[in-house]
Amino acid sequence: MARVVSQTKSAAVNPLKSSQPLGAAFAFLGIDGAIPLLHGSQGCTSFALALLVRHFNEAIPLQTTAMNEAAIIVGGADRLEEAILSLKARTRPRLIGICTTASVEARDEDVAGDVENIKRRRAMELMGTEVVVANTPDFDGAIEEGWSKAVTAMIEAIARPDKQYRNPRKIAILPGWNLTVADIEHLRETAVSFGLDPVILPDVSGSLDGSIPEEWMPITYGGTKLKEIRDLGATMQCIAIGEHMRRPAEALQRLTGVPYVLFRSLTGLENVDRFIRVLAAMSRKQSPLNVRRNRMQLQDAMLDGHSHMAGKKIAIASEPDQLFQLSDFFTAMGAEIAAAVTTTGTSKALEMVPAKTVKVGDLSDLESLAATADLIVTHSHGREAARRLGVPLMRVGFPMFDRFGSQHKLTILYRGSREVIFDFANIIQANHHPPNPWPLDSTDRRGSQ
Amino acid sequence: MASLNAKITDAFHELASERSGSKDPRVRRRDCAKPMAPGTAVGGCAFDGAKVALQPITDVAHLIHGPLACEGNSWDNRGAASSGPTLWRTSFTTDLTEIDIVMGHSEQKLFKAIREIKEGYAPAAIFVYSTCVTAMIGDDIEVVCKRAADEFALPVVPVNAPGFVGSKNLGNKLAGEALLKHVIGTLEPDEPGLCDINILGEFNLSGEFWQVKPLLDKLGIRVRACIPGDARYLQIASAHRSRAAMTVCSTAFVTLARKMQERWDIPFFEGSFYGISGTSEALRRIADLLVRKGADPSLLHRTEILVAEEEAKVWKRLEAYRPRLEGKRVLLNTGGVKSWSVVHALMEIGMEIVGTSVKKSTLEDRERVKQTLKEENLLFESMSPRELFSLLLERKADIMLSGGRTQYIALKAKLPWLDINQERHHAYAGYEGMVQLARQIDLAIHNPMWPQVREPAPWEPALVVAKRAKREA
Repeated sequence: MARVVSQTKSAAVNPLKSSQPLGAAFAFLGIDGAIPLLHGSQGCTSFALALLVRHFNEAIPLQTTAMNEAAIIVGGADRLEEAILSLKARTRPRLIGICTTASVEARDEDVAGDVENIKRRRAMELMGTEVVVANTPDFDGAIEEGWSKAVTAMIEAIARPDKQYRNPRKIAILPGWNLTVADIEHLRETAVSFGLDPVILPDVSGSLDGSIPEEWMPITYGGTKLKEIRDLGATMQCIAIGEHMRRPAEALQRLTGVPYVLFRSLTGLENVDRFIRVLAAMSRKQSPLNVRRNRMQLQDAMLDGHSHMAGKKIAIASEPDQLFQLSDFFTAMGAEIAAAVTTTGTSKALEMVPAKTVKVGDLSDLESLAATADLIVTHSHGREAARRLGVPLMRVGFPMFDRFGSQHKLTILYRGSREVIFDFANIIQANHHPPNPWPLDSTDRRGSQ
Repeated sequence: MASLNAKITDAFHELASERSGSKDPRVRRRDCAKPMAPGTAVGGCAFDGAKVALQPITDVAHLIHGPLACEGNSWDNRGAASSGPTLWRTSFTTDLTEIDIVMGHSEQKLFKAIREIKEGYAPAAIFVYSTCVTAMIGDDIEVVCKRAADEFALPVVPVNAPGFVGSKNLGNKLAGEALLKHVIGTLEPDEPGLCDINILGEFNLSGEFWQVKPLLDKLGIRVRACIPGDARYLQIASAHRSRAAMTVCSTAFVTLARKMQERWDIPFFEGSFYGISGTSEALRRIADLLVRKGADPSLLHRTEILVAEEEAKVWKRLEAYRPRLEGKRVLLNTGGVKSWSVVHALMEIGMEIVGTSVKKSTLEDRERVKQTLKEENLLFESMSPRELFSLLLERKADIMLSGGRTQYIALKAKLPWLDINQERHHAYAGYEGMVQLARQIDLAIHNPMWPQVREPAPWEPALVVAKRAKREA
């Protein structure tokens, strides 16, 4: 069990984190016909937007209440109303997802109350559009919490609380932020191949998967439909993926009585086996042929790849659930987690990370711990540290702005686990150095690539 | 906050600039601080502007005082190049948490952060940026910086431009104010020369200033300070002894240039290194100002020779592209100086401009575009993505040149696009840059991929295909 070590420095150097409102906006992007609205100064949105665009290589709908000096002094309710009405009139979204920022939260504004007032006063104008608030100050949490809070907010605001007829084929899946577009598509296909009818919330495929609409779209297209969220109570079972999805799963259970089962990770043979057993039990069906084939292929990849992973020292930095997902898998393949760094210290997933300690910190912490590692695993911002240390970098998570196709990488179930093995082993092979014919000092060895 | 307000008012009080001087103060204020409308606003805030304007100073530690988002979501996103120090690429923030804010620890944390950076990274100076939250809770970064500077015997420069005070453009100006108040003039240079100049508002994106500097070197003109591109702290601190100055991105630093003229008698002009005639004109005017300030008059003659040689060379190289680009239709969506300088450059090689945006442009920028294009309705203000999308189709543009934020409007319409803003990968400045620009436009327009991606899907009914072809014709 890992010991969580908190930050002691005053200056964060090369941040690992992206902000909580960005995480919430990301979740809202998984809803069909939505637009996330960051409630704060203009820059909060502009930075988040630029980063999302760089990661996805897609146009991202994102708006701001553009708090100015007056709003900072007297409060932002008026600007919030103006923004909601303007968005409604111009883009006719089905959902406006409000993510609060530090400027509003530090003033302790009652944004939820403000939105209730606006909804009441402007009921006619806002007909046909849901407005949901996630309280996501920048001075707390990171992507993971933001994502989790937005999903919880949507369930609490939209799902119908009354008793409903439960369709035995319908299941709800609540994926964590660390699942890619490809992961979600694969998840859906797998559930469907068992004859199940999954509702995935949020579903970032569609607007973030690179498809090209005929007309210019100022809101998201594709993703979870509002009606599906409304009818979540009609599902038999909820599957939450990642510790941070426990909160929305509990909200759903509290509201509709739909029970949930939580998977901390869907990567690695044992975790996937457990998941497949649950699907088989829910559907009362045998595993279909493609799933069986995929399992064999993963076994084969494990046999082929394990020698490249065995004994390798990994320095990894990510949000808690992804940190657990990957380090759990790497150690199950014989690698060793030499350093683990994460964004925030409250997640229960951290205790399960197979490392002596997990440091809450930044990429400079990772850099100082990774000098003797064989592989650094983190997002694109880790490239400088990796270059300085001469240690290869495996890019995972968010943001990934210097590689194409991050959204189409599979990381879960049998097939995704196989892909992760391939990635890992290929990077290790490409950076393998045979012994030198003469001894070099350590700095030369690192700098030689 | 009172002093900040005074500074903002002052930043808009632009009198002596050749291009902004004619303006009514109200117009000026409108130009620089367009109200940000909730739900429709795009673009950065004042903090963004301040950081953009100063961060390319390479041997300085830039410390952002606020909660995580301001720096965490924005670091490592611009391609300025450095010929030496890399410290500017390391990101520093106080990453304030709820406890810091509630308990009132933030000023203390800032002070400690400054100490950690000084001890761990030995910077030439530390620039401290305020943000919305730290300004709102009343942190006095000026006082903290002063105390830290005294205690650590290191320049610690407060940059007071929280996001909520206005636009990115205002932030640029406030950054200039910070340099003026705390940096420029604090150090005397070792050997001031008669041909020393400052270049203001050049960011050295993709290292493009390095395509211009050799021209100046050939003429014996020394760039004492290029602010901010590839600059060192000490160069800026001694920039007040230069003999002349040029502002490249005028909206960012024209106020700084004007105040340096007032305080240290450094004449300046507003020019551009984009395009052939733009580059030549800039060289001539630099030489002219230097000679008027006492440099050897032969500089004028030498400049003419250099210009003639370089222009002849570049035209010869462009000949290869002319037949491939002549008559091709360009839509430009950029701002400020580029709205006219790039237009001019493209027309020089025979391309047709079907529209250019004049957002973020000064009145004089607009005048210049009008003169060049001779047709007013080609100018447009800031546009919604949907409008821009229709404009591209309506005017049958062959390519759109813009920044990364609008790239998908063209790409999703299956139209060629080229990045000419800060994230671009190619250098377009100087004579060399013009050849590069022509080459990149040529590659974009004539990529064999276009007809393939426009091909209808095998399952599309013939009727739909015919209809679309008709609409696009």
